[in-house]
Amino acid sequence: MSIQKVRTNPTQNEELLFERSSPGKMGYQLPDLDVPMVDAAEALGAGNTRSEIADFPEVSEVDVIRHFTRLSTWNYAIDLGLYPLGSCTMKYNPRINEQAARVDGMAWIHPYQPDSLSQGAMQVIAEVERCLLEITGMDAITLQPAAGAHGEFTGILLIHAALAAKGNPRKKLLIPDSAHGTNPATAHMAGYKVENIASNARGMVDTEALARAVDEDVAGIMITNPSTIGVFEENISQVAEIMHSKGALLYMDGANMNALAGISRPGDFGVDVMHLNLHKTFSTPHGGGGPGAGPVAVKQHLEPFLPIPRLARVGDQWSWNYDRPQSVGRVRAFYGNFGVLVRALAYIMAHGGNGLPRATYDALLNANYIRKLLEPYFDMPYKEPSMHECVFSDARQSKQGVDTMTIAKRLIDYGFHPYTVAFPLIVKGALMIEPTETESKRELDLFADAMVSIAKEVDETPDLVKTAPHTTRTAKVDEVTAARKPIVRWKRPS
Amino acid sequence: MLDTIGLKKIEDLVAHLPSGVRYHKPLAIEPGRSEYDILDYFKARGAENAAAGGNGYACFLGAGVYNHYRPVMVDTVVSRGEFLTSYTPYQAEISQGTLTAIFEFQTMICQLTGMDVANASMYDASTAVPEAAMMAIRATGRSHILTARSVHPEYREVLHTYTQHQGIPLDEFGYDAESGLLDIEDLSRTITKDTAAVIIQTPNFFGIVENVKQAAAIAHEHGSLLVVVFAEAVSLGLLEPPRDADIVAGELQSFAIPPSYGGPFAGVIACKEKWIRQIPGRLVGETKDSNGNRAFCLTLATREQHIRREKATSNICTNQALIALMATVFLAVYGKQGLRELAVQNLSKAHYLASKLKPRFSGPFFNEFVAQAETKSVSAINKTLESKKIIGGLPLEKFYPELKNTMLLCCTEMTRKPQMDQVAEVFA
Repeated sequence: MSIQKVRTNPTQNEELLFERSSPGKMGYQLPDLDVPMVDAAEALGAGNTRSEIADFPEVSEVDVIRHFTRLSTWNYAIDLGLYPLGSCTMKYNPRINEQAARVDGMAWIHPYQPDSLSQGAMQVIAEVERCLLEITGMDAITLQPAAGAHGEFTGILLIHAALAAKGNPRKKLLIPDSAHGTNPATAHMAGYKVENIASNARGMVDTEALARAVDEDVAGIMITNPSTIGVFEENISQVAEIMHSKGALLYMDGANMNALAGISRPGDFGVDVMHLNLHKTFSTPHGGGGPGAGPVAVKQHLEPFLPIPRLARVGDQWSWNYDRPQSVGRVRAFYGNFGVLVRALAYIMAHGGNGLPRATYDALLNANYIRKLLEPYFDMPYKEPSMHECVFSDARQSKQGVDTMTIAKRLIDYGFHPYTVAFPLIVKGALMIEPTETESKRELDLFADAMVSIAKEVDETPDLVKTAPHTTRTAKVDEVTAARKPIVRWKRPS
Repeated sequence: MLDTIGLKKIEDLVAHLPSGVRYHKPLAIEPGRSEYDILDYFKARGAENAAAGGNGYACFLGAGVYNHYRPVMVDTVVSRGEFLTSYTPYQAEISQGTLTAIFEFQTMICQLTGMDVANASMYDASTAVPEAAMMAIRATGRSHILTARSVHPEYREVLHTYTQHQGIPLDEFGYDAESGLLDIEDLSRTITKDTAAVIIQTPNFFGIVENVKQAAAIAHEHGSLLVVVFAEAVSLGLLEPPRDADIVAGELQSFAIPPSYGGPFAGVIACKEKWIRQIPGRLVGETKDSNGNRAFCLTLATREQHIRREKATSNICTNQALIALMATVFLAVYGKQGLRELAVQNLSKAHYLASKLKPRFSGPFFNEFVAQAETKSVSAINKTLESKKIIGGLPLEKFYPELKNTMLLCCTEMTRKPQMDQVAEVFA
């Protein structure tokens, strides 16, 4: 008899649901049907019905809980420790937010039920709008976009519509070379040509180059502030002036808003339109890659173009206003990721107006502390003061043949999720570290110790680093073969 | 920590900011509140809403959002911090839980739709539809999009928003006034040699099951792709999968996602193998680790924005991973037999209610149908129902001016006979 459990821990031997299945097993119980059962083939036509779903799972309730519980143990998570992905703001996700979103009166509202029966939901939306406008210093906001990239797309459509209303939507968007990949991808989807703007020697927008680049064809610039090297764009107001003087607009990618909430407002430094990532700054859980929400806030001059529908107060009731002739239209069905908005509001309520800036300061403190501890060991190409994250390069370690990805894999052995690897592109071999405010000094010290230890290993035992990770259930994964011969679904072995 | 950094007070951390960008006033947001106060607030706001099953309301609304029972297992699994609080699984070695579950998700979507490839989720169906349209444009090198009017009106609105700035011509073709099925003649008339995709929905917005084969034949004859949209995913338990489609774009809300006033949901795009390099969003692939054990990782990233920037297939980054996990757990709980039984219950309930009313269309329907009101107005009917704590159907005139005094009614396994009988009574 062959031994099935080839790895030592039983939770490390889990098969796929399909492989666990056996005919006739089930894990559900439906209520008795209280109306006559209808024959599907008769009602729908024999050609319209399927005989079975071949190879679909057949498992018991216990099978289901064991399966997914075992899988869960193969994940790293914020709940297990520091998750210092730069630009991702992996802060603790308070569980009260989950509870709030699961209140029946929040979870079981149909988007088409009459407005008179949805006033509580609309009040929540109004409250989220109010708080986010206060935090950003902008004039109007739509909560509809489903994520950051969707928000970017919505924001660029607004720019397009506003310029078109003045007679010319223009052709180009300027994007710094330090930008997230979503920025150029968004510009392209919205029909704009992308023109890259080189950063200056300090990693900031080169205002002289910018002034030369802006002409009558430029619709706007997409800037992340603080930038992806974690530095506040010191000339941001000047950038706004340059854009505005040529009739172009300033878009701010709010991915790094965790550095600003409560201490600086984009609406006060010349931003015309921006998005927020509620799954970053406002702690709604990432869930392994979503859901998020990407509200878009604008200055008054862009308000007429916001997507439909818009929340409106009529008398003492909330209602949805669709009569918006200049609107860019609908960017998604219904009213946005409402469940995510509920979580974000719960977060804002827990912190309050007094707590939000405190959280921001703590985020800055943690990032600067990490920077101080690691600076002696890692090269730092841009030495401007850090905000909420700090970016190193692998320049020293790469001389020993160890790059940022390799260091990241070794960090896993020390019990931490890696930092953001090889981004931003303006730093060769970047290590982008964002600890967030919810980490204690103890956790930061452990992380710094791990990084320092790896830096020493690179000099002393480089092979140990190059072959990492050593302690994970799954050893180094062959991503090259995965892409060369894609297997993207399970099939019964023939 | 400040000592280590070499600063005296915490405000020194922002001393370098240019003057004029600091905000010195306190935020006009109430001071921080306790858990108890916060929960109380949301309960109070919740009490101001009707909530199907939550505060005694029965709901006959469907139209893209369906009240299906959510097995307790679903929230049990997705509440595990290892799933809830992890990031996108870029670091494969410590993300095998999420990656394995997504691989299972992709497989089940393929099994349900008859496609070869499914992505790891889109925001929802309304945004999956334009992404599918743009995918067809890339695949065919053509630019015209032709959509059935019986596709969800809000999906069509979003499609319009997405395409308008890219110079993509958009046309629509009609439905048959008697059956509610696609007007095949109108499709044949409006399709051109520049049509990249014909987009249809089944069950369509009126709940009617379309003849996918027939639409595919016409699309393919003209060298165009067929995009099949679904809004009610439970129907896939019973319906012949849309194998003749080239791309399928759907909404998974029915798979244990709470209605939640319209989101977060999860969309998905699935397609034939041939178009794998055109699909937007994330894909998980099977491979091995350095010990030769099966492992999974994100793959074909060269389609995506973080690698390809403006040449990417889409700008999508964060998607709906946790919601896709909800769907995966739901499908595991119901399984092969349960999904079919669930679909049969939905079908049976809707047909029971329809037998007591006057359906507007003769085409075969799944769990929703258009009812024609005769003696009373639909708004009067809904008002009366509301007084009985029943949320009636969706009046259709707003979206289809020609469908006067009609409403779209939906029944699911959560709909009970006494409320159905009440609806029938009020209609009479």
